[in-house]
Amino acid sequence: MTRDRKKTIFLAAVLLVILAAGVAVDLALPSYHIAVKVIKKATVYALVAVSMNLLNGFTGLFSLGQAGFMLLGAVAYGVLTIPVADRLSVYQYFDGGLIQFSLPELLGGGTVGTTVGMLLALAVGGILSALVAWLIGLPVLRLRSDYLAIATLGFAEILRAFFQWNALGPITNASNLLRGYPDFQHVTSYFLLAGVLIAVIVLLINSTYGRAFKAIRDDEVAAEAMGINLAKHKRMAFIISSFFAGVGGGMLAMYNGTISSASFKSSMTYEILLIVVIGGIGSISGSVIASFLYIFSSEWLLRGLDSGSFLGINAPGLFKNGFRMAVFSVIIMLIVLFFRRGIMGDKELPDLLGRRPKRRRKEAADK
Amino acid sequence: MQELFPYLLNGVSVGGQYALIAIGYTLVYGILRLINFAHGDVFMVAGLVMVYATTAMPMYLALPLVIAATVVLGFVIERAAYKPLRTAPRMSLMISAIGVSYLIQNLAFYITGGVPQPVTTPIPWISDDILVLGASTKRVTIVTPILTIALVVLLVYLIQKTKIGMAMRAAARDFETAQLMGVKINSVISMTFVIGSFLAAVGALLYFTNYPSVAITSGAMPGLKAFVAAVFGGIGSIPGAVVGAFVIGLCEEVIKGLGYTTFSDAFTFALLIVVLCVKPTGLFGEKVTDKV
Repeated sequence: MTRDRKKTIFLAAVLLVILAAGVAVDLALPSYHIAVKVIKKATVYALVAVSMNLLNGFTGLFSLGQAGFMLLGAVAYGVLTIPVADRLSVYQYFDGGLIQFSLPELLGGGTVGTTVGMLLALAVGGILSALVAWLIGLPVLRLRSDYLAIATLGFAEILRAFFQWNALGPITNASNLLRGYPDFQHVTSYFLLAGVLIAVIVLLINSTYGRAFKAIRDDEVAAEAMGINLAKHKRMAFIISSFFAGVGGGMLAMYNGTISSASFKSSMTYEILLIVVIGGIGSISGSVIASFLYIFSSEWLLRGLDSGSFLGINAPGLFKNGFRMAVFSVIIMLIVLFFRRGIMGDKELPDLLGRRPKRRRKEAADK
Repeated sequence: MQELFPYLLNGVSVGGQYALIAIGYTLVYGILRLINFAHGDVFMVAGLVMVYATTAMPMYLALPLVIAATVVLGFVIERAAYKPLRTAPRMSLMISAIGVSYLIQNLAFYITGGVPQPVTTPIPWISDDILVLGASTKRVTIVTPILTIALVVLLVYLIQKTKIGMAMRAAARDFETAQLMGVKINSVISMTFVIGSFLAAVGALLYFTNYPSVAITSGAMPGLKAFVAAVFGGIGSIPGAVVGAFVIGLCEEVIKGLGYTTFSDAFTFALLIVVLCVKPTGLFGEKVTDKV
């Protein structure tokens, strides 16, 4: 059996196990169980982290606008799916708002109509994000490294200000909460949705476009000399990444149950960036693993650090509110400083199978 | 005009406070080419220390303590988080800066319990109410720009006339050559962080006197705005940072005065993007060979 086939089989097996685990969780645990919540959130973060990795890790564009695009996707999702009957109470300060339809109801309701409507709303959020990314990209993508970072960060803040603007209230509900929209009940639906989207990103990265992205990351001048249109490919990476960030934002909104523009701050972008770093910049499976590790430990496993007892140690004085995140950020700093390659480096999960790359590296060293 | 006057007054004051933070950014960027994302949080820590110190001890002890603590923090951050990455790519350095910012905010959350700390005993004299041309304000509004200008003059003197200042200029011009010429690069960088933190501490004392409380995220926005000010004025240039900060402070307050409070933050970033696209070197920046 060739190595490639082995890898494919291995990957398929891993994916099947994950899917089976999702189904098992759905069957065994009630939907309010903390494990279900944590898995859902981690899945959403995995998608967003992968979309950020596409830009920061594979194209070498250091962008910090993720939270802004997520906000766009989240609000679009909420606005398009809140049932018409509930609009008066949600948009209580804006007389029920301007938009008097919701996609799930337009499509006839029922299980199929609702699901298709929700997916459509997510897609609309993604497309809106992509459009805005195209607009923003026109001026911003000409900037290099840290200037790009700060400019995209700035755009995310501008977007947030727009969404909180009272004049747009009839559509966005300004700084009030959007709530009452439908949600997927099952972990499996989250897995399937995020899984398909991540798979699309993986296919993209392995295509000629993906190779062009990597070439740009490694050396812009050389890439240009090889005939890669820098502006076009950068714009493409930015737009695609923003599309997935927008969809991810919509899914996060689903998970949260409410949308408030104020929560999509730059600290959210930082959090996602740190996940990407922990997983390894330039590794899709790394980002996914890191999202699960990050969300699991911060939301669940380390919870004891906040509430008085952890691993059987009782110290309410030390283990009080906030200790968990303090410990957590120290660990992150250690990773950033001393394990800069993160969990996976730039390897993917199937790469761990064969030992050959290691031997080859050794040979190279001997030469 | 009459209604706008208090806002203008405030704008000059806020501008002065931004200027004090912006200098920290511009100095560090000039030498390390690093956006020190943690600088805004250092500023926030200075505010927190001020709250704790002023309630626990007399003013003449508390104020020097605030400044000393902030300076030590800035020094430690550089040594612990930036020095090990001296040869790493710039992206790693920036990620480290974001990590430090995250760490400081979480530590502050743990210490304060997540509750904004009220400024109960503001610094006397400068927080008294006074009347300026018919507009009621605190004395700090008048003191800030004067103190800022004085400190900037002092700093420019330090950089132009002293040995360490010369070393800093050399390091900013050409890092490696400066090293070859015997400039002790590590102590120069540490000095940059010490000066930056010192000014941020002074800025925090003035800034938070005007505010009812210090929250763990209080530093992020002023920090980013100060960075924008530094870019606007031409990154690496001290007078540029000061002018940029005053412009941003004034514009922001005028926008608030006109009733668009939601957009006062957004304006700053819009300005940043326009400046980056139209004149990336800023108002007073030197021409650099690599485009931004």
